[in-house]
Amino acid sequence: MSQPFAQAFGDESLSDTLLNRSEEMELNFGPQHPSTHGVLRLKLKVDGERILDCYPIIGYLHRGTEKLFELHPFFQNVPHTDRMDYVAAATNNLAYVGAVEKLVGLVVPPRARYIRTILCELQRISSHLLWLATHAIDIGAMTPFFYCFRERELILDLFEQYCGARLTLNCMRPGGQPHDLPVGWTDKCREFIDLFPSKVDEYEGLLTENRIWKKRTVGVGVLDPETAIDYAVSGPLLRGSGIKWDLRKEMPYEAYPEVEFDVPVGKNGDTYDRYLVRMEEMRQANNIIRQCLEKLPEGPIMAKRPRVMKAAKDAEVYHAIEGPKGEIGFYIVGDGTPNPYRCHVRAPSFINLQVVPELAKGQLIADLVAIIGTTDIVLGEVDR
Amino acid sequence: MPGFLESIRGAVGDTLFYGAVSPAIKILILLFLGVLPLITYLVLVERKVLGFMQARVGPNRVGPWGILQPIADVMKLLVKEDTLPKQAVKWAFILAPCLVVAPAFIIFSVIPVGPPGGGRSNLSWFVTDVNTGMLFVVALATIGVYGLIIGGWSSNNKFSLMGGLRSAAQMISYEVPQGLSIVGPLMLAGTMSLVGIVEAQKNAGTWYVFPQLLAFFIYMVAGVAESNRNPFDLPEAESELVAGFHTEYSGMRFALFFLGEYANMIVISAVATTLFLGGWLRPFPNVAALSFLDVVPGPIWFIVKVFVFLFVYIWFRGTFPRYRFDQLMDLGWKWMIPLALLNIFVTGLVKLLV
Repeated sequence: MSQPFAQAFGDESLSDTLLNRSEEMELNFGPQHPSTHGVLRLKLKVDGERILDCYPIIGYLHRGTEKLFELHPFFQNVPHTDRMDYVAAATNNLAYVGAVEKLVGLVVPPRARYIRTILCELQRISSHLLWLATHAIDIGAMTPFFYCFRERELILDLFEQYCGARLTLNCMRPGGQPHDLPVGWTDKCREFIDLFPSKVDEYEGLLTENRIWKKRTVGVGVLDPETAIDYAVSGPLLRGSGIKWDLRKEMPYEAYPEVEFDVPVGKNGDTYDRYLVRMEEMRQANNIIRQCLEKLPEGPIMAKRPRVMKAAKDAEVYHAIEGPKGEIGFYIVGDGTPNPYRCHVRAPSFINLQVVPELAKGQLIADLVAIIGTTDIVLGEVDR
Repeated sequence: MPGFLESIRGAVGDTLFYGAVSPAIKILILLFLGVLPLITYLVLVERKVLGFMQARVGPNRVGPWGILQPIADVMKLLVKEDTLPKQAVKWAFILAPCLVVAPAFIIFSVIPVGPPGGGRSNLSWFVTDVNTGMLFVVALATIGVYGLIIGGWSSNNKFSLMGGLRSAAQMISYEVPQGLSIVGPLMLAGTMSLVGIVEAQKNAGTWYVFPQLLAFFIYMVAGVAESNRNPFDLPEAESELVAGFHTEYSGMRFALFFLGEYANMIVISAVATTLFLGGWLRPFPNVAALSFLDVVPGPIWFIVKVFVFLFVYIWFRGTFPRYRFDQLMDLGWKWMIPLALLNIFVTGLVKLLV
């Protein structure tokens, strides 16, 4: 509050005294707070409601996943990836199995590639739905939460029908897919993608042109492209700032080279643009699923693979894919045994979280929840 | 008038009966058969309507269609532990919920639910008719903010403190446009008595919502802000301030804040009904062709109108995101106060010219 006041006086010494006289308060925002999306703790220095400084403290959900990878053979590690970004298990699976396939040298059959693409795009939609639900409820709009969960439920039903799990899918294996699509699954999936665009219109009808929604998001948490690149931000956060970088286009994997889709980008890099980018991504994901279902080839779903996969000694690989939250990559080093020697995860939430203090400085506490919402972090992935 | 009342009147005499006995009976009826059940069931209505808007069912486990849910809620809150934080300022912490609830309940005493009495019994549909009724309402509504700020401050919690400060700033800012917006109808009616205002609307042959549309909208918006409801629910913004000023409250003390909020909603709806929607009058009170509507008694019309307002409140909650603090202030001071002043000016001009 005092800063603009002091600036208005235009006097250095006066502004100094005013600044020093203002009473700053330290506020612990989290780890038990309704809108820090889990166990994020932000140490804030506030003057009234204005945030002067913001310092994220993480680690409340640390489970040592990266160490756990070293203790199990390659094919047993897939379930660990489910539990990192627990609202987007399929993309985590794909990033991991992709890295292992590169390391061991397996070629995935086309049908499996298509199934993976479908699962990943469904996962992208469900992750974005969860983001929209929580983001909207953070800003105070209660209803989109229930609408989003209604459609997310349909996606989870599809997952359940495919692999038996709804959240921690464990739905991919190095070399291919564990199951073929069940009978009737494609019809059910088609039903969903026919229904879904109208539902996106419904959410947009509630929010996009809503005056209060725009007031709360336009110009809030502006991330300029240079800062975004400096912080290695990825995903919709990066594209919201106007940088067209999507690994599905830049380093295509699975069936993405064979389908057509647009990569939406924002202009101003504010919360509203990131909202629009994610909404458009949901529509694009819907299109990708539709094309994949049309082109879905017949054939085997699993590559010929050795019973025990071993990486060559000193072999190392980095494989990244475009997850719903950004670039999720696995860096794996082999040592000639069936276990990875070291497995590092480039977790998009972890890296995107670093930019939060940058966005939050000088904003109000009410904006902070919008900023946390718009970065779309999952603490399971931040802490691993 | 029932026989036993008649006999009481015979025993104590007319003065004492109309001065003390009948108001006391009315207050008891109003509180225990009117306001308290209305509030508890308003909560159920809100949850049901919200559920309906949000593609879910709402409470449906306690009793058929969940109609016993409010009773279960009240029982739960009554038997829950009433925690008192160690560092709290004790007397203020205990006083705060009372300061919120009491004024809201007292306002009901001047609200005319139905027409004044006539005929032999001479019992009217309100506790009392104060000749400065509107002023009384505004004055009492202002006291509620003390409860919020004292509660927020005394809890010794940073989130509570911020909630209390927000509510103080918000309620004071929005009392100004609210106070200015009711000047319009008062000028038209020429009286501050709430009964008088309704009767003036009867004589004018129109509800004041039509000549005072702008004032009506300002009153509505300021009323939503006054009662801390979405989209102006900043003092208790769950996602920002955990639970705002009542973060540290539990059990019955929390329930009192809760009662206060809903009582305020009903008060604001009831005052809006009286000022702008003709209180107990039927629609178009001057059109003789619609006189068959008189079959429905006045108090029923009143309650129906109040519920229309309450429905709009709930509808707001289902639709809007929350304003930010500075935007809320902008809206209040930069838009609503000038518009309310303009409304007074135009009303005065028209009144002078016509």
